[in-house]
Amino acid sequence: MSLILDDVTIARPDGAALIRGLTLNVSPGSVTTVMGPSGIGKSTLLDAIAGSLAPGFSLSGRITLNGRDLTGLPPERRRIGLMFQDSLLFPHLSLAGNLAFGLDPRIRGRSARAQAVEHALTEAGLAGLGPRDPATLSGGQRARAALMRTLLAAPEALLLDEPFGKLDMALRDEIRRFVFDHAAARGVPVLMVSHDPQDAAAAGGPVVALA
Amino acid sequence: MRAVPALILAALVAPVALGLWQTGRAAFGIMPALGRETPSLDPWRQLFALPGLGGSIRLSLVSGLGAAILSLLIALALVQALQGRLSAARAARWLAPFLAVPHAALAIGMAFLLAPSGWIARALAPLMDWTRPPGIASVNDPWGMALMLGLMVKEIPFLMLVILAALGQVPLARIMAMGRALGYGPGAVWLRLVLPAIWPMLRLPFWVVLVYSVSNVEMAIILGPANPPVLGVAVTRWFASPDLAMILPASAGAILQAGLAGAVIAAAWGAERLAARLGPVWLARGRRGPARAPGWLVGALLRLAGAAGLVLMAAGLLAMAALAIWSLAFRWSFPQILPETWSLNAWSMAAPGWRRALTTSVLLAGATAGLSLALAVAWLQAAPARMRAEWLILLPLLVPQIGFLYGLNVVFLRAGLQADLLTVGMGQMLFVFPYVLLSLSGPWRAVDPRLMRTAAALGAGPWRRLVAVRLPVLLRPLLTAWAIGIAVSVAQYLPTLYLGAGRVATLTTEAVTLASGSDRRVSGVYASLQALVPLLAYACAFVIPAWWHRDRRALAGAFR
Repeated sequence: MSLILDDVTIARPDGAALIRGLTLNVSPGSVTTVMGPSGIGKSTLLDAIAGSLAPGFSLSGRITLNGRDLTGLPPERRRIGLMFQDSLLFPHLSLAGNLAFGLDPRIRGRSARAQAVEHALTEAGLAGLGPRDPATLSGGQRARAALMRTLLAAPEALLLDEPFGKLDMALRDEIRRFVFDHAAARGVPVLMVSHDPQDAAAAGGPVVALA
Repeated sequence: MRAVPALILAALVAPVALGLWQTGRAAFGIMPALGRETPSLDPWRQLFALPGLGGSIRLSLVSGLGAAILSLLIALALVQALQGRLSAARAARWLAPFLAVPHAALAIGMAFLLAPSGWIARALAPLMDWTRPPGIASVNDPWGMALMLGLMVKEIPFLMLVILAALGQVPLARIMAMGRALGYGPGAVWLRLVLPAIWPMLRLPFWVVLVYSVSNVEMAIILGPANPPVLGVAVTRWFASPDLAMILPASAGAILQAGLAGAVIAAAWGAERLAARLGPVWLARGRRGPARAPGWLVGALLRLAGAAGLVLMAAGLLAMAALAIWSLAFRWSFPQILPETWSLNAWSMAAPGWRRALTTSVLLAGATAGLSLALAVAWLQAAPARMRAEWLILLPLLVPQIGFLYGLNVVFLRAGLQADLLTVGMGQMLFVFPYVLLSLSGPWRAVDPRLMRTAAALGAGPWRRLVAVRLPVLLRPLLTAWAIGIAVSVAQYLPTLYLGAGRVATLTTEAVTLASGSDRRVSGVYASLQALVPLLAYACAFVIPAWWHRDRRALAGAFR
């Protein structure tokens, strides 16, 4: 059970191949880091896996998650969580509203859902901040909230796109550990794109260099 | 879903094309309803034999070009003077009343202000020893000066907003810093680097202003010269003539008006090409301009233009106030600045009339603005990226209304559509939808696409992404677009007149009709209401999002 890329090739609208014949096996609970200079197609690779490849780009090869073929599935049915360097909390919802938006719909009932959200807030060190406007939180708080929102949707894999790029040095270590520990605890495969060698070192998993 | 933009474009372009075609046929003598079946040039001969035609063309060109070009220069001067102190969002709030007030209401207010018995003359009376209104033709003047002033009060704020929005799209601070580091003064950088960078975004709005200025009817009826009037008014009169045979030369006049607008656009395009050709040569010479930029002459002109702009804005505000005061006046004799006695008589006497007109206007505005907003959302949902053909939605605004509305009415009648509220609403959509889409498309496309991808990754399908994320995030721009739609609908004069065959009475048609009458109080009532409806819509667009998002710092911008 893992995220498997089998001979994946991504071509730009002009036909030029951006990524050629990439094969990867990201096992549960591990973090694989994709590195490479900017413009090499790291983010495009994540878009392809998440199902939001820009119009005109084409994909060949197979991407499977826990044995499910993801080809052709819309992003909302792939069960793949996304994290960017901005937390991208929804500006019109409270912190708790953001987490509830992500929370797995199989958890039913108002009080059960509120409890699940409160539990996640506590786990992220955000207890009692539920009604707050996300714009009033600190950078570290927002990053933790974004991860909890992603995890509440019960994803089967996580994609991290330069997730720590905007955090200052002191915070970076803390959030890195927070993200990696939670991902490991849930045993989901994690694919991270970064150009910071320290991210790769902290992840401790395989490193794939695109060139 | 993918076909939505194409369908909407077809629905906008077809009526304009059919209307022009039908008007064109009548202009060349084909009007089966009158028993005319053979093409001929007679309508044109009749047209050119009509008294005052040359004067009308000249007036349209002079007042239209003058108002549009001066508006552009003043808007640029004001924006440049206020640069850094005026964000697009704050400007939108300050300029909203000018955009909201319909042309006709503003024109009636300006007439109250400028007339020999108006506020300006009353203010001057003690100085000039006037005990009676002076015998000066200060409105409906034969040169069209009052008309130009009225047009400019509406056009300067519109162009200012367009310029500010365009400036938001270019790295203004960096362009300024770079240009000044190379030794150019701020004014020189504006002219050499900023203006060329933003002009592509100003071109179409400026063309819309040009076309409106040379072809407007309702403002010219109220403020413009009477004999000869501008071409648009002349053609409207010929169409309304009891002699049915006049329809043929009137159609030729309508085509002439469309040609005039086309010629003006062509001239603007030519001037732009010339500037694009000569500009680089001038820039390559590297002249830094006067050392202490801007030079005194340019500086004086800029200050003059800025001052003129502020005076015009003040006049616009006074004009709007004059509407309300006249509607509440009872006895208001000449040199008095304010009425001696006040009364609600005008409101209560005209109540049955204005209630009916108000209901019709509100129904039409609510329906057209609501439908336009829904269509705009459908369009943007189907075409997230800017399409090449998008400029075509401006077609109904780039062809003078009089050029195709009469013909469109004929097309509608042939298709068995009665001239009623529904056809008027359909006609208004041609003008409401483009403004609504234009206003919404910028903010829609500015939403961070990663926000929508995040929502999808959390399991939200397309419908939930739209309803639970995009629309709430866009609440303010949605309501602003809706308010603009209301304002455009309430302001429509010719579409209501022609497609309603004169049987659909709105606040605007009534206000324009009453403006030529003798009772300023009643015309004040209609014009006040006409201004009030869009102003209320704009107020909603400011207050509702501010209240709704009161605890959301990233979204509650307006009152902070």
